[in-house]
Amino acid sequence: MDSKNSQILSLGIHAAVVISFYALQYVLPEYHLLALTRIMLLAIFALGFNLLFGYTGLLSLGHAMFFAAGMYGAGLTVYHFGWSVPGAFLFGVVCGAILGFVIGMIALRTTGVAFMIVTLMFAKVSYLVIVYFTTYTRGDEGLVMPAEFRGFELLGMSISLTDSVTRYNLALLLLTLTMLIVFLLVRGRFGRALVAIRENESRTRMLGYNTFAIKLKVLTASAALSAMAGSAYALMFAYIGSSFATIQYSIDPLLYTLLGGAGTVLGPVFGTFSMFYLIDIASEYTSAYLLVTGIVLVLLILYFPKGVFGAIRQKYCRWLP
Amino acid sequence: MDFGPFLFLATLEGLVQAAVLCLTALGLSLVFGVMRVVNVAHGEFYMLGAVLAYWITSWISGNPAMGFAVALLLAPLFVGVVAYLSEKIILRRLGYDPEATIVATIGILYILQQTALLTFGPDARPVEPPLYFRVEFPWFGYSGYKLIVIAAAVILLLLAWFVITRTRLGLIMRATQFDRETAQNYGIAVDRVYAMVFAAGAAFAAIAAVLIVPIQQAHYLMGGDPLLLAFIVVIIGGLGSIRGTLLAALLIGLSDGIFSVFFSPTLAKMVSTTLVALVLVFKPEGLFGHRSRL
Repeated sequence: MDSKNSQILSLGIHAAVVISFYALQYVLPEYHLLALTRIMLLAIFALGFNLLFGYTGLLSLGHAMFFAAGMYGAGLTVYHFGWSVPGAFLFGVVCGAILGFVIGMIALRTTGVAFMIVTLMFAKVSYLVIVYFTTYTRGDEGLVMPAEFRGFELLGMSISLTDSVTRYNLALLLLTLTMLIVFLLVRGRFGRALVAIRENESRTRMLGYNTFAIKLKVLTASAALSAMAGSAYALMFAYIGSSFATIQYSIDPLLYTLLGGAGTVLGPVFGTFSMFYLIDIASEYTSAYLLVTGIVLVLLILYFPKGVFGAIRQKYCRWLP
Repeated sequence: MDFGPFLFLATLEGLVQAAVLCLTALGLSLVFGVMRVVNVAHGEFYMLGAVLAYWITSWISGNPAMGFAVALLLAPLFVGVVAYLSEKIILRRLGYDPEATIVATIGILYILQQTALLTFGPDARPVEPPLYFRVEFPWFGYSGYKLIVIAAAVILLLLAWFVITRTRLGLIMRATQFDRETAQNYGIAVDRVYAMVFAAGAAFAAIAAVLIVPIQQAHYLMGGDPLLLAFIVVIIGGLGSIRGTLLAALLIGLSDGIFSVFFSPTLAKMVSTTLVALVLVFKPEGLFGHRSRL
């Protein structure tokens, strides 16, 4: 297939996914509407993670800190300063981007195993910081956003985040935006440089690319997307808590990405969707539902390291982004 | 209490910490040094040791020292077998690829932890100390069992040092660590060495847990803190260097014990974790080690 056709086809597939998400809101009952809203936000988180892990080959074990940066950046400004929703949302994203940049400056000096451990440790520090400043964050117990801050005016429309259909569509809008950003990024020159770094960093450097600068950029972008997910999560569900900064939330995007397929755009979305429901079903039967997480991780890495969409791409359509 | 005796008490508490940490970190360091595998599930082997100790001591009635002795023998053995199997079934098939093994050991972490939750339950449970006596210092009385923990750790570490440096088994291990392929050429069954080392590393964590469980309680989430501390120790000591690991364990265990007596433990943990991450970035060979061949 020539490249123009494949470009149109892959755009079509991604558009179809977005449209089916849009259509689902008319048939789904309230519970699943809520679940899908969470899934879409977590999928944004996974897409941000995948930008770093899937395309650039950098495995971070501390992405919860970026999610939490967005969450607390948005939540604390609303709670303590009474900021309006759009301002707080943007502030959360900026917080994540700045944190990503600073962590990148330090952690990107390492590679491989050391990078994983360093990010893991910085995430642990972030968690401890949240717990330490418990006067402002209420640590583990968390903060509930007051209801009067949940409505806002934008472009002449008044939007209320207490309405579940509104939240669903806003989450879908953000997800579509994220997919578009990732799609455009990885199709362009920048994306090719990322893949080149993943495949052979020293060769890429020899070809004249400043690999450190590229990695720093992609880490910042990845952190900003993760923070966007956290920021939206805090504002839509009106709750922030330190449990969102635990190692659990660093492992989850890895799990979603591995299941759906690292280095694909649809993979993380699919992975989040299936894993969320798998855990949801498991938690009805047992309190040890994280057992599922462990088993799926081991099975994936042993038998299915490319994930669902990675395997599809390898077998049928090599043009899938 | 005056400052002097207070500091002495803090030092004793620190020494108990350091003793247990030495054993846990030695296990992690062995596995990383020989196999180049970062075992994230190490803390769960520790937890498994403590939980098994609880079960064994509650099955064997009568003298608590009896049950404890059996636990000290059986728990590490069982944990070793679990580790041996997971190495054989999972890690070996991944060809010890660093990223894949980290993901796999995260999976093992969840499996062990959640299985403990299913069978052992969410409560913390105490284990009776094998013996009660107090050592009377001029200023305060101190639990004799804690002093025994320190002594036991010293003996075990000496034993480990002897095996590694003075026996044929240790020689084979060190050869494998130094150069896997050459060792294989000389007829060393590298696969078997790896499986043994992984089991031994986990057993060390289990021994540490059995020793500490009469002081702390057994709980299914107890693996997190020792894992972090052991990581810190192994990094500060220089990845894969056993002498560095022990030195660092002593340093960190002591300072952690002393710090948490004087400051907020959360702040202490925050500062130490940041410092360690920076050591790993700017001085990856550790403070005591020489440049590793990673």
